[in-house]
Amino acid sequence: MTMPFYVSPEQIIKDKADYARKGIARGRSVVVAQYDQGILFVAENPSRALHKISEIYDRIAFAAVGKYNEFENLRVAGVRYADLRGYSYDRADVTSRGLANAYAQTLGTVFTEAQKPYEVEIIVAEVGADEGSDQLYRLTFDGSVGDEHGFVAMGGAAEAISTQLQEQWRPDLSLEQALTMAVAALSEHGGQGPRTLDEQLLEVAILDRNRPRRCFRRLTGDELSDLLNSE
Amino acid sequence: MTHASGLPAHFMRPGSSFFDFLTTHDPSLIRSVGGGATIEAPHGTTIVSCRFQHGVVMAGDRRATMGNMIAQRDIEKVYPADELSVVGIAGTAGLAVEMVRLFQTELEHFEKIEGMTLSLEGKANRLSSFIRSNLGMAMQGLAVVPLFAGYDQASDIGRIFSYDVTGGRYEEHDYYSVGSGSPFARGSLKKLFRAEQDADAAVRVCLQALYDAADDDSATGGPDMTRRIFPVVYTVDARGARRIHESELQVLMDAVVDQRFQRPDGPVATDPTGEATS
Repeated sequence: MTMPFYVSPEQIIKDKADYARKGIARGRSVVVAQYDQGILFVAENPSRALHKISEIYDRIAFAAVGKYNEFENLRVAGVRYADLRGYSYDRADVTSRGLANAYAQTLGTVFTEAQKPYEVEIIVAEVGADEGSDQLYRLTFDGSVGDEHGFVAMGGAAEAISTQLQEQWRPDLSLEQALTMAVAALSEHGGQGPRTLDEQLLEVAILDRNRPRRCFRRLTGDELSDLLNSE
Repeated sequence: MTHASGLPAHFMRPGSSFFDFLTTHDPSLIRSVGGGATIEAPHGTTIVSCRFQHGVVMAGDRRATMGNMIAQRDIEKVYPADELSVVGIAGTAGLAVEMVRLFQTELEHFEKIEGMTLSLEGKANRLSSFIRSNLGMAMQGLAVVPLFAGYDQASDIGRIFSYDVTGGRYEEHDYYSVGSGSPFARGSLKKLFRAEQDADAAVRVCLQALYDAADDDSATGGPDMTRRIFPVVYTVDARGARRIHESELQVLMDAVVDQRFQRPDGPVATDPTGEATS
């Protein structure tokens, strides 16, 4: 029997974090941004079936980057968490804060206890009655939670995209303006130089604060191309 | 692997049914067989439904009864199940309302997990298994008998499904009614239904049928003209399920009642083989 080498806890954590970061950096990016009537989600995603953006509950949506099977598991668990809560209490008792906490606990436990951390980054967004009451939570692979305002970028080119959005984002952008801004930032970064991203390569959805119950809506086909060409 | 306060491992197991998930996670949330005694609880009464050209209408009276008492005079017994279907409930009100909530959650859950809606047949079959799971309660006298109707995107028509207490599912042609006043409502629907009718005509037919049910069945509530409590009416077509607004309903209901002042038995059906019957 061989004696295992001693590895310091710091080193183990660092290795796991590096591993997760590398996995996430390989993926295409996602931008989430507030606009005057709600929250916009834009992902570079050529697939029509494997979504990175999804509905969780009436006013809550989910966006993720990284390893598909891992964030899909988390998404399904989130839908169950929300539906269970809404069914056993009331629809008004399902909150993004509760969900973000549950995700944080799960990611944190997997990061410290499991052999391999989840290679994912998640945004949980909830649209409120006005821009001031919108909530954006960003969760990373180790279970850290960040309460964000305005916009968030995740994935391979997150930093470059964030820098660009920092200059362009302002409160009360219209949907067209926010979409143009997000698509421009995604096209500029995250590939081998600037590209054109048309509706075939984009997954776009909104949480529209004016819709009666389920605020989540995907923008596809002609509606999306009209919005993209509205400039 | 269990997490202190995170999401338990079985939250991530594959599957798209909320009902099946509850069965493993917390079966106490799904009602099961109780003791032996028969309990008295409020009962919902009459639901009617009839098709029109590319859709379907469902309406329910507003009365819940407990024995000879009126338990509630403004209960709502027709609910949207999802964007393209509605469900009406007759039978034990408490259990039925809970079943509708579970059914709504089930349909939405499937839609969110799978990224697509169930077919109309799929929804109808799912409701069937919910009714079957209530069989123990039904044998104690707490039966739930829903009526399900929706717009079928595949064939561009409205379809109606009825159920028995064992979960048996039957597709109905053109019109149907359930609940204590249903024999009278069905007779009325039979005479007034026209295959080529539009949505407005179908709504009027349903209101007439409910009036006829209330006329002969003490457990069915008629229009409450003094309190302005009128039936709950939904239309479902390609644009989705829509509840007829109170103000619209008032006009329609006033017309029905005015006409009944002239002829209390309601519209006269024509007999094509002879003269008009009365």
